[in-house]
Amino acid sequence: MTTAKTPWEVVIGLEVHVQLATQSKLFCGCSTQFGAPPNTNVCAVCSGQPGVLPVLNAQAITFALKLGLATGGTIRRRSRFARKNYFYPDLPKGYQISQYDEPLVEGGAVEIWYEGQPRSIGLTRIHLEEDAGKNVHLATGAASLVDLNRAGVPLIEVVSEPALRAPEEAAEYMRTLRGIVRALGICDGNLEQGSLRCDANISLRPWGQQALGTKVEVKNINSFRFVQKALEYEIERQSGLLTRGQTIQQETRQWNAEGGRTESMRSKEEAHDYRYFPEPDLPPVIIEEGLIDAVRAALPELPLQRRQRLMEQDGLSEYDATELTRESELTDYYARAVAAGALPKRVANWMLTELLSRVTDARDVAQAPVAPTGLAELLGLLESGKVSGKLAKEIWAQMWDSGRTALQIATEGGLFQQSDSGAIEQAVRAVVDAHPDRVADYRAGKTKLMGWFVGQVMQATQGKANPQLVNTLLTQLLDG
Amino acid sequence: MGRGVEDVVDIVELTVTALAERVRGRQLSAVEVTQAYLARIAELEPTLHAFITVDAEGALAAARTIDLRLARGEDVGPLAGVPIALKDIFVTQGLRTTCGSRILADWVPPYEGTPSARLRAAGAVVLGKANMDEFAMGSSNENSAFGVCRNPWDVDRVPGGSSGGSAAAVAGRLCLGALGTDTGGSIRQPAALCGVVGIKPTYGRVSRYGVIAFASSLDQVGPIARTTEDAAALLEVIAGHDPLDATSLPQPVGRYREACRRGVRGLRIGVPAEYFAAGLDPEIETAVRAAIDQLAAQGAEVVDISLPHTKYAIATYYLLCTAEASSNLARYDGVRFGLRAARPRDLRDLYSRTRHDGFGPEVRRRIILGTFALSAGYYDAYYAKGQRVRTLIRQDFSRAFERCDAIVVPTSPITAFKLGERLDDPLQMYLADIYTISCNLAGLPGLSLPCGFSRQGLPIGLQVLGPPLGEEQVFAVAGSYEQAHDWHRRAPEVRR
Repeated sequence: MTTAKTPWEVVIGLEVHVQLATQSKLFCGCSTQFGAPPNTNVCAVCSGQPGVLPVLNAQAITFALKLGLATGGTIRRRSRFARKNYFYPDLPKGYQISQYDEPLVEGGAVEIWYEGQPRSIGLTRIHLEEDAGKNVHLATGAASLVDLNRAGVPLIEVVSEPALRAPEEAAEYMRTLRGIVRALGICDGNLEQGSLRCDANISLRPWGQQALGTKVEVKNINSFRFVQKALEYEIERQSGLLTRGQTIQQETRQWNAEGGRTESMRSKEEAHDYRYFPEPDLPPVIIEEGLIDAVRAALPELPLQRRQRLMEQDGLSEYDATELTRESELTDYYARAVAAGALPKRVANWMLTELLSRVTDARDVAQAPVAPTGLAELLGLLESGKVSGKLAKEIWAQMWDSGRTALQIATEGGLFQQSDSGAIEQAVRAVVDAHPDRVADYRAGKTKLMGWFVGQVMQATQGKANPQLVNTLLTQLLDG
Repeated sequence: MGRGVEDVVDIVELTVTALAERVRGRQLSAVEVTQAYLARIAELEPTLHAFITVDAEGALAAARTIDLRLARGEDVGPLAGVPIALKDIFVTQGLRTTCGSRILADWVPPYEGTPSARLRAAGAVVLGKANMDEFAMGSSNENSAFGVCRNPWDVDRVPGGSSGGSAAAVAGRLCLGALGTDTGGSIRQPAALCGVVGIKPTYGRVSRYGVIAFASSLDQVGPIARTTEDAAALLEVIAGHDPLDATSLPQPVGRYREACRRGVRGLRIGVPAEYFAAGLDPEIETAVRAAIDQLAAQGAEVVDISLPHTKYAIATYYLLCTAEASSNLARYDGVRFGLRAARPRDLRDLYSRTRHDGFGPEVRRRIILGTFALSAGYYDAYYAKGQRVRTLIRQDFSRAFERCDAIVVPTSPITAFKLGERLDDPLQMYLADIYTISCNLAGLPGLSLPCGFSRQGLPIGLQVLGPPLGEEQVFAVAGSYEQAHDWHRRAPEVRR
């Protein structure tokens, strides 16, 4: 099913860091708001002052549980935080509080739809950890500055099994995961703000071989496009080496988006020894059965379930259903338009063409100037033949700009379709009478001229004539 | 409010309760009390060097506020006007906090920790920050980056450590009470060597928020005072749950002062053979055994118990505490606060020079030991095994406490030793903690109180250990013993 152009099978596992949409940081009360001036969302705790202690944000636990339960993982009744020790200026304490041998969630899977088929991508674990700050290097080279606003922001790390087999599949997995965490309301999914960041492990092996090849970790990938590009680059690089009979070095590489390539960061020998040990400042996290039941009971429908429902209940095509469930804002808009009486297929068509062309980000439809009920009204006019498809687009444009309703715009602009057969018949006759030569040609066999006649009538009626009626009358007159 | 000269002289001999009562009753002003103690500090501090920072101005300002509030009829708390020294490990907002280290020599904290905030809220007056071994690593106070502290009973001898300044200040009447921290004996051992009372409560009983970490799973805050009841009064104020410390215990605080007068009738006192072994100064053994007889005479039942894993305590302790310290001390990197190497070539240079220049030799030694113990390939052999032995030591105690209510042992195998005597031999220095370390590994409460003096006139400490949250039993035993003696009333004559 994958590209078997090379003699190598590609094995990919992703570690996706999902930034949780909690109000406050993981271990202190500071705001998690993105884009604040440097070092303003910072306190003694998240700046690692001597003597401070972490206090766990309970909401972060609930959020992680949501994803664990939504992906069918096993929730550890007792999990622990651990310290991951390394020095870096953006890491205030000199260690990151993470989870190591006792993560919150083990197992589970993310169901994805890839190449027209469902695939279940197994998860190794989901654990909670705090984010680091950010180093800003001045262009002059005079100094490096540290911004700790992000330090201590809660992340969950979702570690997949080495179950992915192609870069496009990895991108689809990440896309699906993003859809899930957005549907769960635990992450805003803003890739450009780093809300989902990914490290990819990739290795190649000869087809049929059981043992995994030497893996390379690629860090610093924060978009679907880049995860695909970085992996494609690595496959090229690694298969090139293997084909030339060389070996792959186990190492950590970094995705360079500007250069479109991966670059070596550190070799296996230079790999950090993180000296993990249980975090003594935090007691073990004990998850009560009642909390699991409550979180499970409140789980919303996930994008893939929605997609299935749109296909089965509403009869949408696979393409339409997939696209409409990419973002929950789209699904919500769709559902409300359908609830207001519009035909599902028409809503889907309109949204995927006319609506999406007017927003830069699909999530913006939640704030679209035309509400789903407004679209439903317009589609109702279209359905009943009161406006033509062409005029409907014009009305839509005006609705978008003016905020007025379809009915108002159509009434005031006199844009209703003429379905009065007397008036249309008059126009048809006028056109036929005015062009006896073309009528003769038509009758001599040039039936393609029908389109030209329709066009003339529509022009004469300023587009308001019901095209079907025009067609019928023209046929009667010309053929009769 | 007329008083004679004698009354003024007596201010520094008042107990916590008696002094606070007089201040609350306005027979004595907080300012007078503070001035009396500041006068003692002015006289003796040049000799003892019990403080790293004396905050006379801040203390007088706090005292004036207390007097003002009392004049307005407000309740200023149970420790009204009680002059306190804080080990310089306690984070004090706006008041330099060094942790005995060059790396924090100029650090003025932006926040206040919980234990000191609770003391202040109860009306206590902070006189200053007490001397200590750097990052609480040491048993003699000789590892302070700010100079040694001397024992008031013999100024050529150490006060013990790491809370040596706190114990010396209390013994020398430079303050009425002090806070220390105890990771492996750092409250009890200096209390024993200085002839005062010090208690390390159950792990989690006092908040560690705003207490600079050495070994987080072992560190615990406690008071040092001249009498058990004074220590109990201070502990009642600082103990209790703190939402800012996830390891702090939610159970209600006991009635420690009352427990001091409860007596020992019907209490079973365990005596473990392992604590009376080779290396114990015979004079100390005699004094401790006499104390046990005394308790029996007061109605306690003495039972022999065994703590078989005691011999592994020191090795276990030094693996675990150094491992945790290596991580806890990683934040001193010159980036955000504290010492920063001048003109670093690059990041690595900034780290290595800042940390080399900022940390003293003992701290560096422990960071290296701990880093090694946690390293890949060694973790299981060292840190993980240490944790397993720690569990065995804890089990030793839970078994023992099925047969007794409190355990009585020596605090230290030796009395105060001479300055410099053990400096070149870290192993000998580590052995000074042999009787105090297990208590930290097991998270138990342990108290040291005076039980006599050596022929050289040096104080001897008696240690009382209790089960988790058994502070009341510990105070009952200590209070009962203290009642029958006047060791705690003897004051050193500091020879300048």
